[in-house]
Amino acid sequence: MARRAGALIAAGLAALTLVPVAVVMMQAGGRGVSAPDLAALRFTLVQAALSALASVACAVPLARALARRRFPGRAVLIVMLGAPFLLPVIVAVLGLLAVFGRAGVFNSALRGIGLPEVSIFGLGGVVLAHVFLNMPLATRMLLQGWQAIPAERVRLAESLGFGPRDHWCHIERPMLRAVLPGALLAIFAICLTSFAVVLVLGGGPSATTVELAIWQAIRFEFDLPRAASLAVLQVLACGMAVGVAGLFTSASGFGAGLDRAMDLPAPGGWRRGVDAAVIAMAVLFLAAPMLAVLQRGVPGLLSLPASIWSAALASLIVALLAAPMAVGAALALALGRAQGSRWLEPMAMLPMAGSQLVLGTGLFLIAFPFIAPPRIALPITVLVTAVMALPFAYRILAPQARSLQADYGRLAASLDLRGWAALRLLIIPRLRRPLGFALGLCAALAAGDLGVVALFATEDGVTLPLAISRLMGAYRMTQAAGAALVLVALAFGLFWICDRWGHGGTAD
Amino acid sequence: MVELRIEGLRITQDDFTLVADWALAAGGRVAVIGPSGAGKSTLLNAIAGFFPLTGGRILWDGTRIDTLPAGQRPLSILFQDQNLFPHLTVAQNLGIGLDPALRRVDWQAVDRVLDRVGLTGLGGRRPAQLSGGQQSRAALARALLRARPILLLDEPFAALGPALKSEMLDLVAELAGGALVLMVTHDPNDARHFASQTVLVADGRAEEPQETGDLFAHPPPALAAYLGATYPT
Repeated sequence: MARRAGALIAAGLAALTLVPVAVVMMQAGGRGVSAPDLAALRFTLVQAALSALASVACAVPLARALARRRFPGRAVLIVMLGAPFLLPVIVAVLGLLAVFGRAGVFNSALRGIGLPEVSIFGLGGVVLAHVFLNMPLATRMLLQGWQAIPAERVRLAESLGFGPRDHWCHIERPMLRAVLPGALLAIFAICLTSFAVVLVLGGGPSATTVELAIWQAIRFEFDLPRAASLAVLQVLACGMAVGVAGLFTSASGFGAGLDRAMDLPAPGGWRRGVDAAVIAMAVLFLAAPMLAVLQRGVPGLLSLPASIWSAALASLIVALLAAPMAVGAALALALGRAQGSRWLEPMAMLPMAGSQLVLGTGLFLIAFPFIAPPRIALPITVLVTAVMALPFAYRILAPQARSLQADYGRLAASLDLRGWAALRLLIIPRLRRPLGFALGLCAALAAGDLGVVALFATEDGVTLPLAISRLMGAYRMTQAAGAALVLVALAFGLFWICDRWGHGGTAD
Repeated sequence: MVELRIEGLRITQDDFTLVADWALAAGGRVAVIGPSGAGKSTLLNAIAGFFPLTGGRILWDGTRIDTLPAGQRPLSILFQDQNLFPHLTVAQNLGIGLDPALRRVDWQAVDRVLDRVGLTGLGGRRPAQLSGGQQSRAALARALLRARPILLLDEPFAALGPALKSEMLDLVAELAGGALVLMVTHDPNDARHFASQTVLVADGRAEEPQETGDLFAHPPPALAAYLGATYPT
């Protein structure tokens, strides 16, 4: 049954992703690519490349320090590194503005010692925000690389009397050579379609990404052909990035273990000091924006406009609908793949080759002649968020579905256990943990996501992230921070509840 | 006469081939012996529906069964491991053999069969709370409960010590009743102890079943090579 369900879902997914793209392409038809379009493409590629390089460059020393040092709070810190992935992007941007903005701590400090201020707007700010959001993910991916170094090799190195330098040459560098391309490409692909960061920190002719340009073309210029030709550019860029990244698929970094059988050598002396400084700086960099949001937001909570609560409700509904859709579809695809339908895997990754605004543009073009876009803002948001979250859910479920099939596939078949009975008695109980985790992740992503809704919504159908970005646009920063706290509570609360459910099963 | 007929069977995977063409009468006790990698498990898995045939047919009582899904064939199979779902109780693991949805299960029948295999009162436990021998008994109990006319044993007791293993074989012999039992083994003593007939699998063929005593008294070259020169005949 899973193979048939998987095939059906794959067909639906293909229709959902390819039909809007096809509509976009037809619409783009005759129009060529203009100079601003090319500038947007260039900026998109440059910022994504710089973001990937900077994130990984920061992640290497951090992952190395975490891999070889043991200190109280290390386990908590590694778990916390998963948090920025769940953090709504708009909240992260708000926090970074509070720390690195004109009036922020950072610039006050610079002024204090007589240095020129730095601006968080433009390329630098976009890259900074992407590093904040993706460096933890890169760190966890690299940490897995360090943890995957076989204990035998560490023991061999010790028996040969390797110093830290030899260790680097013969053990760490080869490992990084294998792991780095995957991490770089993953972050590059994520940053290509970044919207909320660029919406706030970018803009203007010199700092507009394709994704942002699509939004402007629809919202301000109502130039649908331009939006369509930009969407084609975006599909080409993403498709190529995802295709290349597929060649370097590596560990996802979500579920990195904490401990290994054998500790890596922890050299003393100045290296110890450097590792400590790296960890301290990373904690400061990651925690400061969060603390700033908290500090500003608590007073803001008291003065929240009533519209925030209806926006929060809308976001909750989006999350509660989109997460089960994404996870259910991903489960069917993962089970079908585990039962031998190899072609389902690239299908599950298909949404990565598009972007929220590309899909949104296509759906906008399809819907616009028939219905006023704001009226379908929420259904479209649910659909597009579910589609975009699906690859993440698939990545989490696929390995577990494969071992479920390897361990119990024959037994289930020999007992004629299939269909709903298999779902109830075998699949959900055995996959409860990854299902809970995937549900939580998708719910948090859906609740915190600011993308396609920005294309459709006006006054109706506003989600909480959109409401926050509008408060920021109106410079009502205290209220924005208060609403951001509500959003963080919503996203993390949903994640926590789902993940708890996943851990609630019986141990075997 | 009711029989399991293997007709012109051919299994191929990469450069591995196995052919067989013979029949076994209902209710028999048959050992399947041969060197490792010769295809003993593959033969059982093909009969059970986990390995596609490249040629031939499998019939039970004159009806073709190789076209049926695994769970609908008139047989039960015990694998080398993973015979129980770890998240279900022992009783549920048995009941799932009667109704995969666990809705229409005669729980008294489950208790009775647990009594018969010596697991009285352990139905509420999970497999991890049982010893290895008890887990084997639970798996066997489910096969008994399903009461299919063919029972395939793909070395399910291999992980048990010698004493427990022969205890389990005695239990199978005692409880299997009218079922045709095919048992993979690499131990000639198991074959002689348990099976009146033996199928030798070697050199890409599953040979016609022979009287176990005769076969070991006059081993063909392939079996002699497998048993080794010092094997006491």
